Amino acid sequence: MRRTFATGNFAVAEGAMTAGLRFYAGYPITPSSEIFEYLAEELPKRGGVVVQMEDEIASINAIIGASWAGAKAMTATSGPGFSLMAEAISLAVVTETPVVIVNVMRAGPSTGAPTKTSQSDVFQARWASHGDYIVPVYAPWSVQEAYDLTIKAFNTAELLRTPVILLSDATIAHLWESLTIYDRGEVEVIERKIPKKVSDEPYPPHKPDEDLVPPMPIFGAGFKALVESLLHDEWGHYSPTNSVYHSLVKRLVDKVVKRLSYVYEQETRFCEDAEVLLVSYGSTARTVYLVIKELRKRGVRAGFLRLKTLWPLDEVRIRGCCPNAKKVIVVENNIGKIYMDMSRIFRNQDVFSASVLSLELPTPSEVLEAVEPWL
Amino acid sequence: MALAMHVHPLDKHLRVKRLPTIFCSGCGIGVALSAMLRALDKRISEGSVNPNKVLWVSGIGCSGRAVLYLNYDVAHVLHGRAIPFAIGAVLANPELKAIVIGGDGDIAAIGGNHLIHAAKRNFDMVVVMITNFIYAMTGGQVAPTTPYGVYTTTTPAGNPEYPLNVIKLVGALNANYVARASVTTPHLIEQYFYKALAMRGFRFIEVVATCPEMFGRHIGLRDSVEMFGELKKRVVYRHRPSLEEAMMDWEKGIVIGEFVERNNPSFIELLRGVKK
Repeated sequence: MRRTFATGNFAVAEGAMTAGLRFYAGYPITPSSEIFEYLAEELPKRGGVVVQMEDEIASINAIIGASWAGAKAMTATSGPGFSLMAEAISLAVVTETPVVIVNVMRAGPSTGAPTKTSQSDVFQARWASHGDYIVPVYAPWSVQEAYDLTIKAFNTAELLRTPVILLSDATIAHLWESLTIYDRGEVEVIERKIPKKVSDEPYPPHKPDEDLVPPMPIFGAGFKALVESLLHDEWGHYSPTNSVYHSLVKRLVDKVVKRLSYVYEQETRFCEDAEVLLVSYGSTARTVYLVIKELRKRGVRAGFLRLKTLWPLDEVRIRGCCPNAKKVIVVENNIGKIYMDMSRIFRNQDVFSASVLSLELPTPSEVLEAVEPWL
Repeated sequence: MALAMHVHPLDKHLRVKRLPTIFCSGCGIGVALSAMLRALDKRISEGSVNPNKVLWVSGIGCSGRAVLYLNYDVAHVLHGRAIPFAIGAVLANPELKAIVIGGDGDIAAIGGNHLIHAAKRNFDMVVVMITNFIYAMTGGQVAPTTPYGVYTTTTPAGNPEYPLNVIKLVGALNANYVARASVTTPHLIEQYFYKALAMRGFRFIEVVATCPEMFGRHIGLRDSVEMFGELKKRVVYRHRPSLEEAMMDWEKGIVIGEFVERNNPSFIELLRGVKK
């Protein structure tokens, strides 16, 4: 364990290395590039490979290939690059490839404001690609949590054989805070299952264990892996039938949902006596927490719910987190997106959107101004 | 017992349960694939290739389906993205011998940028591009190699573009090996692939193929034998031709041969040798 002073981007790179990152492919894009640059310095010293590809499409396809060759693999980007990666996210889903994709949000639409912060891509992180699937999405609110949730993202990816999105933003990316970096052994690091031995007879490589996750027959070990982007049965054979379609898509979703208690994380404060609940996540939650403390000084019984996992949501935990709250106010730096989830989940309370559209971290007065009409 | 014995010398390279292939009668992909397997078989029996380290990667299209029948580590990935997938796999495990198969649409159109950069890096892989002059799996649309003026379903007034000569493109970059063969010369496919397997760096082989079902239909050569005969007439072998000679013209002729042969350090060798 060592203490240092770092930005969110360095923390992500350090977290990935603690989790056992062996391969990074990327394409430069603000505000994520320091992750790439730092790893380009550090990862080769630890036996890993860092490569700059010709675009984000190549980057994500390269990490999927690297993961199949047995390496823990990651890429990092921002909105425009993440849009280019969209197609391959569902390739990683259907081929059950553990990879971590870091999306450091900046303001859009389109090229937008590359150096400025935003939370506008929270839905894109969930649903960028085509087809039915669930990918876990984590959103850190501090430099330390950027480190911790990067490790969690790798663990989730390896445990469930799924792509995982780490959704940072320009504020967290360039924020300097103290950071505790752990050594191997001081923090839980999960490794994927691989088949115990090479089978002499042909076997169905996509047949899951009880946890709905099949062991991963990585390349180069004699498993004769059959990685298939088409709809496939347990043998990996293309099979466009309803029975195969149902069982594959259901399993890919259920394996994540079944482990919701592992995947989903939240933090609550002041909820015991709260009558009004403020919900937030990522960098904006930092300001919201300050505002809540200010409101409580003024006698407003405000509670705080911070989502660390933005997808999938544990609706039961969210609904039960603040039993006496009559109002729920969702504060986010976008046009009001997670608000849509909260208005569905808190169906017995009044739910309001306190949307702050700001290119900087929302200030306490901006948040207060957005919240006050609903108090 | 007798029923379980292999009936074809290449069966050990195949997932025989999956046969027959989806390829149409008269399709050239099977000819190309069996020539490649004969070459690989030789390399394996010589001991110069470990079959457990062979990785076949393909994208989308008729040619992309070829790898699914192979009894190796195989990956059938996104349209155009076989090359970056293979790059990631080889960088993560440099013992892997990556072979990418794709059609001209997959490799040179949607995947064209990856092709250029893989060749520029002299990346450690063999790419076999099977050129059938058409998007066949999707029903006969124009391809980067479709000759000028040819009717396709998306160029009903005739193709307004001149075709891309991929050999000239790749030859202009840092590839160690650039060759073109034809399904009418399967012995050359075998010979070139056999050579490529033992080389380092980026190795590119274009295989000109017959597609009577789609391309043939458009140009009035719907009959498999007739199409094969017409392609055979157009193919001209040259010994070590220059890139300037790499003509690819359905009217004037298609030059096959080994255009580029170098022994430059590969990407991984360069990566390992980068000066601090």
